[in-house]
Amino acid sequence: MAGELDRRSFMQCALASGAAFSVCELAQFPAAIPAWAGPQKQGDSQFTVEARFYEKVPNNKKIKCKLCPRECTVGDRERGYCGVRENRAGTYYTLVHSRVCAAHIDPIEKKPLFHYLPGTLAFSVATAGCNVNCKFCQNWDISQVRPEQVPAEYAPPKLLAELAKQRGCPTIAYTYSEPVIFSEYLMDAADAGHEAGVRSVVVSNGYMQEESLKTAYGKMDAVKIDLKAFTESYYKDVVVAELKPVLASLVTLRKMNKWTEIVYLVVPGMNDSDAEFRGLANWIKTNLGVDVPIHFTQFHPEYLLKNLPITPVPTLERAKAIADAEGLHYVYIGNVPGHPAQNTYCPKCRHMLVERVGFTASQVLIRKGSCPFCGQPIPGVWHA
Amino acid sequence: MRSRCGADRRDFLKKCLTGVAVLGASGRIGLLAAAEEGAALAKSRVVVARDAMLRGTGTTVDSGRMLTLLDRAMQALFDRDNPIEPWKKLVHPGEMVGLKVNALGGRGLSSNVQLVEAICERLQEAGIKASDIVVWDRDSDEMEHVGFHVVAGGNRVQCFGTDRVDYEPELSTFGSVGSRLSKILTQRCNVLINVPVLKDHDGAGVTIALKNMYGVIHNPNKYHPNGCNPYIADLNMLPEIRSKMRLTICDASTACFEGGPGYKPEYSWKNNGLIVSQDPVALDYTGWQVIERKRAEKGLKTLEGDKRAPNYIATAADAQHRLGANDPKRIAMVEA
Repeated sequence: MAGELDRRSFMQCALASGAAFSVCELAQFPAAIPAWAGPQKQGDSQFTVEARFYEKVPNNKKIKCKLCPRECTVGDRERGYCGVRENRAGTYYTLVHSRVCAAHIDPIEKKPLFHYLPGTLAFSVATAGCNVNCKFCQNWDISQVRPEQVPAEYAPPKLLAELAKQRGCPTIAYTYSEPVIFSEYLMDAADAGHEAGVRSVVVSNGYMQEESLKTAYGKMDAVKIDLKAFTESYYKDVVVAELKPVLASLVTLRKMNKWTEIVYLVVPGMNDSDAEFRGLANWIKTNLGVDVPIHFTQFHPEYLLKNLPITPVPTLERAKAIADAEGLHYVYIGNVPGHPAQNTYCPKCRHMLVERVGFTASQVLIRKGSCPFCGQPIPGVWHA
Repeated sequence: MRSRCGADRRDFLKKCLTGVAVLGASGRIGLLAAAEEGAALAKSRVVVARDAMLRGTGTTVDSGRMLTLLDRAMQALFDRDNPIEPWKKLVHPGEMVGLKVNALGGRGLSSNVQLVEAICERLQEAGIKASDIVVWDRDSDEMEHVGFHVVAGGNRVQCFGTDRVDYEPELSTFGSVGSRLSKILTQRCNVLINVPVLKDHDGAGVTIALKNMYGVIHNPNKYHPNGCNPYIADLNMLPEIRSKMRLTICDASTACFEGGPGYKPEYSWKNNGLIVSQDPVALDYTGWQVIERKRAEKGLKTLEGDKRAPNYIATAADAQHRLGANDPKRIAMVEA
């Protein structure tokens, strides 16, 4: 995969940047090397940090997690639904702080974020775990496992920021699995990044409680939310979550004035009706405004939905046509290389403003946040 | 396939055939009568064995008394006079036997080492090679913490966690969740003997035989919503589990009636017993009743009153699963 950091180069970078920090930082790396040899042991203390979003339940050592709407009540020695947060004698811990199991350098367009620093790279990282269980998950081998079941590297926040800078990435992206469940890490990494002049974006399902969303994603420079469907039944059956809190998260992000884009994975026969597309587009227009970009992306059979076909391109075009007709300004089609609906067009004069080929922005014509042809402001984050 | 019921397969088939013949002779009433008769014979046997002196005058389980208790339970279950005969009926030389223990509860509330040693002794006397026996759970460190000695290789009884061999890369699915199965289950044993602990569980109500299979998969956290229902039943439907499961020997020497599944001394009691069955649903039902009795004795609400009745047991017995019997009329409880 282009831009992928293999183990050797990751270690080279890590060691080089570790040396740049301090002897103490450097000394931690040898301990992380054997982890690549196979599954790790549980309880690796370097990754274990007290969680931030939970309440202690009096008298019985249980805790109630306040990170996501699931609100797991977790007994002593047990973990929440995400599998990465554990109750130890009444104190709740995240087991994945700085525990990076995937690291790649991706175009920002791959997230996808189309109105955020087009043509730049994102140093993209993930830990194990997820607070939902989408039957179509493309990364289930890291999202649906416990942290000790996948090889991982110790990448503390300062190192992450340094690696991003070294690799010419203006942004760290928290992605691949589900960043909700490593909120503590992404908050610390975002702080370290901002100190080093590196921004942060998150690719998330948005299934969070309002307080944790405000606290954690308040530190992000942009957010991409996977809105999986527009019905509660789909969320219940296919995602194992709820729609309502995700919509609430989108509204909260809007109120926070956080740059947000939405992805809607169109799964044939499951969330692809005209009514659903229309309801979704109308809801976005009413609650978020017409300038929020939405990406209708193509489904590929994975994980527990291998029996379904790839989404036909005409279905995606139908979704786009409905959203366009509802008045949304930036409706994209994703996972279909070469499709013209990957480009950004001025909603006023219809000139093409950003041309994309695959995940590359081959031409960016936006000037000072506006269309150079008619002066129409184009919302987004356009300058580093 | 071995029967999980008191009646063996031949008897069961005989009854069924009789039913067909009766139908031919006298129609629907005759068939129902035969079915009822068959059902009456098809009770699942659950043996509850106790030894008040299991710990002698001390606090740890006495190995000799544990072996005697195990023999008593197994002889009662299989209706045999000789302590080796039940095992010969259960396993055959050349088979690889996995003992799925539970080491999650820490030292106070995990599968008893003396019990596991007693089972291994009898398995070997029944002709199973020591190296064909593997004692296992999900994690070697957890097993060592509760007193097992990790052994991997050589001619001795094997003992290690899935962390040593990993999970299968492919998913196995029944119901809505997919899981990777321990390679110990899929590659190291063709017979499964379940050795769980009798425990209260804050989500499922109780955790006994069926829920112990959560230690077989890589993602048990995904099986906890809704009181683990229907996930426990779904998991036990996986062919890799169902086809290999021959016996459950529940360690009820120390049991837990509240605050589980972690060990809390104030909510545990020295029950000094074993619960043994080939029907894991009947065993869970029986174990649940034991826990309820202790809860009543302690002045606690029923699990239903505590809004955590173990509904997964009924699901395991329903028409979609048929993993065993949860109707007390179909359970023959034997005290030994």
